[in-house]
Amino acid sequence: MLGDGILKGLAETAKNFFLSYVSRERLTTVEYPEHRIPTAENARVFPFLVYDGPDWLAGMRCVACQICEKECPPKCIYIEKSSDKKPDYVGKQQFYPARFDIDISVCMSCQICVEVCPFEAIKMDTQFELATDDRFGGLLEDRRKLARSNEYYHSIHPAEAAEVDARLAEEKAKVEARAKAAAKAAASPAPAAATESAPPAKTEGGS
Amino acid sequence: MIAASAAANPFIVDADQVFVLLRDWLVGFLPAALRPAAGAVLGVIAIVCVFPGLFALTTVFERKGLGRMQNRLGPNRVGPFGFFQPIADGIKSLTKEDIVPLRANAVVHFLAPLVLVATVFMGFAVLPMGRNMVLVDMDAGLLFFFAMGAATELSIFMAGWSSRNKYSLLGAMRAVAQMISYEVVLLLSSVSVVMISGSLSLSKIVAAQDQYSGVFPHWYIFTPWGLAGFLVFAIAATAETNRSPFDLPEGESELVAGYHIEYSGFKFALFFLGEYLAMFSISGLGTTLFLGGWSAPFSFLAWVPSWIWFFGKVMLFIFVFIWMRGTLPRLRQDQLMNFAWKFVLPFTLLNLVVTALWRFMGPGWSRWIVCSLILLAAYVVMGRLEMRSDHFGRRSYRYAE
Amino acid sequence: MSAIFYLLAVITLAGGLATVLLKQLVHCALAATVAFAGLALLFLQLDAQFAGFAQILVYIGAVAILIVFAILLTHGSHMPKDGVFSRSWALGLVIAAGVFAILGWAVLAGISAVPRQNAPPSATVRDIGEALVGRYVLPLEIVALLLTAATIGAVVVAMHEKASPR
Repeated sequence: MLGDGILKGLAETAKNFFLSYVSRERLTTVEYPEHRIPTAENARVFPFLVYDGPDWLAGMRCVACQICEKECPPKCIYIEKSSDKKPDYVGKQQFYPARFDIDISVCMSCQICVEVCPFEAIKMDTQFELATDDRFGGLLEDRRKLARSNEYYHSIHPAEAAEVDARLAEEKAKVEARAKAAAKAAASPAPAAATESAPPAKTEGGS
Repeated sequence: MIAASAAANPFIVDADQVFVLLRDWLVGFLPAALRPAAGAVLGVIAIVCVFPGLFALTTVFERKGLGRMQNRLGPNRVGPFGFFQPIADGIKSLTKEDIVPLRANAVVHFLAPLVLVATVFMGFAVLPMGRNMVLVDMDAGLLFFFAMGAATELSIFMAGWSSRNKYSLLGAMRAVAQMISYEVVLLLSSVSVVMISGSLSLSKIVAAQDQYSGVFPHWYIFTPWGLAGFLVFAIAATAETNRSPFDLPEGESELVAGYHIEYSGFKFALFFLGEYLAMFSISGLGTTLFLGGWSAPFSFLAWVPSWIWFFGKVMLFIFVFIWMRGTLPRLRQDQLMNFAWKFVLPFTLLNLVVTALWRFMGPGWSRWIVCSLILLAAYVVMGRLEMRSDHFGRRSYRYAE
Repeated sequence: MSAIFYLLAVITLAGGLATVLLKQLVHCALAATVAFAGLALLFLQLDAQFAGFAQILVYIGAVAILIVFAILLTHGSHMPKDGVFSRSWALGLVIAAGVFAILGWAVLAGISAVPRQNAPPSATVRDIGEALVGRYVLPLEIVALLLTAATIGAVVVAMHEKASPR
């Protein structure tokens, strides 16, 4: 009969109305600032720069190759190469970014910078509470603000970070083996140089 | 019956008449020549204060109720349980920038919300909100109410047209077309009450319902024609106040906000206020016509002050409005018009005939059976016709030249 | 004649004048509404509640809306370039003056014909209703027939348009 669908619908909403006072499980939302749902592991918001070890500048993986800057679709990354060099995780001398800014008001969270980075230096963060009262400077993050430790990376994306660490360790082992082989080939005077470059990268082995 | 209990207990009379006595006491300080005017002014002040207050309360209840119907909590941040939310909203709308579009018709744009709120407020003048609590007891009160309702349509058109925005004009045209269609139904469903009570005065209509058989009241909703009339009235009232499921004029999915799209700040708040005040006034009219106005639902409850019953019934109406909004999806324009002209209007006309039958069959059980059967049969047959499957075929469009 | 009467008269006349003098058609329609409202208030001032409210209900609620719809649906809201005033205004003036003269004569003649009463005549809704279904039932039925014919005519016009698909 005409109208029984309406009555059925009204009964449904009435049930929701009264039972939401009785059982808290019915409530599909959480009270946000006090309670929050843990972010999913695959969540991604804005990029950050990974560093190894305790010192953010010394351990920064970024070598200022500027691939991400060129690939970024909205062009929100600004990189200036340093004039000097510092050793990277395998001990090789590399440039580092003297300036690395990401304008997160422009960034569209596409993750292309992460995909193209050959050095596993830039990753996606899960931090989404980025509101600021300064809409010009506050949304332009510099390299200090972007730098996050590898431990933090592990805490937000554990599986992905472990995979990255394994890959880096493998690469490092390969480099060390090659160095050792080179040292052996160069006979006696060489070993000092090989051992000298090892210590700075020591701290990395999370695996 | 009420007179007997009132004579027995003067306190009950005082509670019932507290506002009337308060007004008389306040007016008593003035010279006799000024008293009627001062009394009227006090009544106006009371209406202008009480109903916007009720509006503020209703916005919170509506948002919380809708939230609960969707298994959410609803607003709970501002003040205890979120009940200071309307204060925050009011401050916000007062401090917002008042934007008038460059090519808008500034005068008409400015006047539209004022005309709306003013005409809606005038409708309250004839509603009896309690025993002896009616601002103007007019001989043609019902007619006055509908005359004011008709004037609101014009203000909606003014808003839509003056904004120079295609969405607002479309919203206004929809609103006016819808309101005219359903106003016919609203009027005709009220006519059956006028036929039985023999008066256009709302206080006389309430007085006619303020009688009891045993403990049960003589409300018109408890008769076959009254129930049918009430349902039709409720449908038309929902459409008349542009409430869901008849909220096409402000269908946000296609018209953004309808006729008030170009309004901001306090002018928008006035539209919002006008919409809710229209809800209150039409609920008050429905209460007066079919639910016995301020009379108690059982004779043994007659000691409760009459104004409590009136406002209680109005809030019940409002709750049903909110419940409907939480349940039903919006209609399409052609469905809306078909429903009005092909189902509701014929049914209302039939109800008029049935009411006349009821009137002339005289008291007795036979008229209950005959009238109920006619209405039920008509409902079933017309419902079947309406729900035929060929209604769901391909839709054909006709465009204006 | 009280001050209120003069105030209402001024409002009504101003509305009427604005209706013919304004250039934007929708403004004219709104000004006509003001004139209607003024007339309704004049009725109310004469204690003719039913006539006053019927005036609001029918003229503001229906006729004004009808005019507005007609203007909007016929592209009438655009201003014509060569002005809205007819060139044959002199002829219009003559006709208007003639109609006004006849009406004025009728009113003046009517005043002397009706015996002057001290108490104002009371016309309650009940009286009007009884007169309509009593003495004036035949005119009422004729009007009803006319309106029904008009409604059927409107339906036929609408049907015809639908029957010939483009």
